[in-house]
Amino acid sequence: MSDSAVTRTTSAARAATIVAFVVLVAAAAAPWWAGRADMRLMSELYLYLSLACLWNLMAGYAGLVSVGQQAFVGFGGYMLFALTIFGGLHPIAAIVLAGLLAACLSVPIASLIFRLKGAYFAIGTWVVAEVFRLSFAQISALGGGSGSSLPVSVVKSLAASRSGRESLTYWLALGAAIAVILSVYLFLRSRKGLALTAIRDSELAASGLGIDIWRAKLEVYVVTSALTAIIGGLIFLQKLRISPDAAFSVNDWTAFVIFIVVIGGIGTLEGPIIGTLIFFALRETLADFGTIYLMILGLVAIVIMLTTPKGVWGLIRDRLDLELFPLAYRVQLDETRK
Amino acid sequence: MSVLLSVTGLSKSFGAVVVADDTNFDVRTGEAVGILGPNGAGKTSLFHLITGALWPDTGRIEFAGRDITTMSAARRCNEGIARSFQVPQPFGGMTVFENALVGATHGAGLRGLAAETHALAVLNDTGLLSKSNIRAGSLTLLERKRLEMARALAARPRLLLLDEIAGGLTDAECEMLIETIKRVHAGGTTIIWIEHVVHALLAVVQRLIVIDFGKKIAEGDPRTIMESREIKDIYLGMDPHA
Ligand SMILES: Nc1ncnc2c1ncn2[C@@H]1O[C@H](COP(=O)(O)OP(=O)(O)O)[C@@H](O)[C@H]1O
Ligand SMILES: [Mg+2]
Repeated sequence: MSDSAVTRTTSAARAATIVAFVVLVAAAAAPWWAGRADMRLMSELYLYLSLACLWNLMAGYAGLVSVGQQAFVGFGGYMLFALTIFGGLHPIAAIVLAGLLAACLSVPIASLIFRLKGAYFAIGTWVVAEVFRLSFAQISALGGGSGSSLPVSVVKSLAASRSGRESLTYWLALGAAIAVILSVYLFLRSRKGLALTAIRDSELAASGLGIDIWRAKLEVYVVTSALTAIIGGLIFLQKLRISPDAAFSVNDWTAFVIFIVVIGGIGTLEGPIIGTLIFFALRETLADFGTIYLMILGLVAIVIMLTTPKGVWGLIRDRLDLELFPLAYRVQLDETRK
Repeated sequence: MSVLLSVTGLSKSFGAVVVADDTNFDVRTGEAVGILGPNGAGKTSLFHLITGALWPDTGRIEFAGRDITTMSAARRCNEGIARSFQVPQPFGGMTVFENALVGATHGAGLRGLAAETHALAVLNDTGLLSKSNIRAGSLTLLERKRLEMARALAARPRLLLLDEIAGGLTDAECEMLIETIKRVHAGGTTIIWIEHVVHALLAVVQRLIVIDFGKKIAEGDPRTIMESREIKDIYLGMDPHA
């Protein structure tokens, strides 16, 4: 036993790091090789990827199955508009501040909805999001129910030229996705991540082993809400227009995100990444079919949930014993004792 | 020896089902106490109450001189109470080693290499070391029960609560389990053990408590208790070696 060693890297993870690095360099250089429409699509993909990673951390690990994270997407978007238009802030500063405000706001919300269990919790999150939507629709200075556009002066403050702006918002989206994935990864690798993974598997056993479940969940809720608001700000920095229905859309910011996480593999880090790629592949190939696209999406989700409840990544992992993000501990046993 | 755990007037019921009925008992530091009683008597519920998985209707629980009655389960573990679950609750998606590591990290408060070394040590003690890299969800029932004990030991408890971990073992495995528990006990850990495998229990404990319908119906020296009428009534027709 004294010769047993514990490691956390795998050769698959090392290979994945190299691949990820190459992909990132190519992605970062997109303004030089990709067209305008492609960059917009990729930005959208990065932002969905971020939302999916965050929702997965919250629902897949902390067991907080929220159907109301559109509250924070919309909040972030509206804060971008409010803080730049009325506060005169630079858009990037406004988005960062939106994250901080969302963190503050999420604490009292948590103290309300954390009292609800299971389905009631989910319904509670949705009610909160509806309250957000109705409240922002009342603010006539932001266009009330019909919304408003980001003033030209604010847009210009990002960069003078259109291509400069497009590159900047693209890099912001890419940077946000990297930052989100990296922080979720580092968090899960930490002591708190070990606790959260234990909570994912059994709250009863986790609390019996000294883990403060309520606190762990609160921390996750606050951090994911703040980051979701930042992503929301970036989403509407791309769109340049906001309205209550777009900002607090349960379809766009929750249903699609849940689809991504569930088909990719909930409760794994790789799942949301694979899920995002599948979602965009489906969406781009089926876009011309109109509403049929939504029906096919639903069908795919149902088939995957019935056949592989752990999602596509769960299937791959179980078959190949793969782990791209080295979270697991591997014990190298001394052969003589085995 | 000082009193480590003191249970006073503890009552709990689920509607008409009484799982603890004005229960009183003390456990001294360093003792090993056995709990017997028929199925549904409220033994597991008693562990739930002591560890904070369940809250009592009335009564008081003191641990190491502190009132822990309203403490959260997590705090009670930090104070030094760990338990195994009769129905195993493994962290199914985590490896066996990671399960033990959770106990070492969050229960015992160890960090880094110290936590890893301690987790490996308890896996070695409980015979699970060779399973370290296996997902706990794919263990057999008997292995899961052993993992329950390993994880509790990883938390370095002062009081260890074991809930029916000897059932279904072969004689050799049972002997090994007895040796392990004796070693833990000799190391200074106070133990309360719920067990139907009476010969295993008697090999370890110095005192028995008998529970029926949530009520303590007998308590004292194991030999005397085993000869008593209460036990004979309860175990009539039941194979004590089952
Ligand atoms: N959460 C609960 N709700 C209702 N009844 C319960 C609950 N937990 C246990 N019981 C009942 O309490 C009784 C005692 O259960 P338990 O403590 O598990 O007994 P033992 O461990 O002695 O076999 C049983 O009749 C069981 O069905
Ligand atoms: Mg029981």
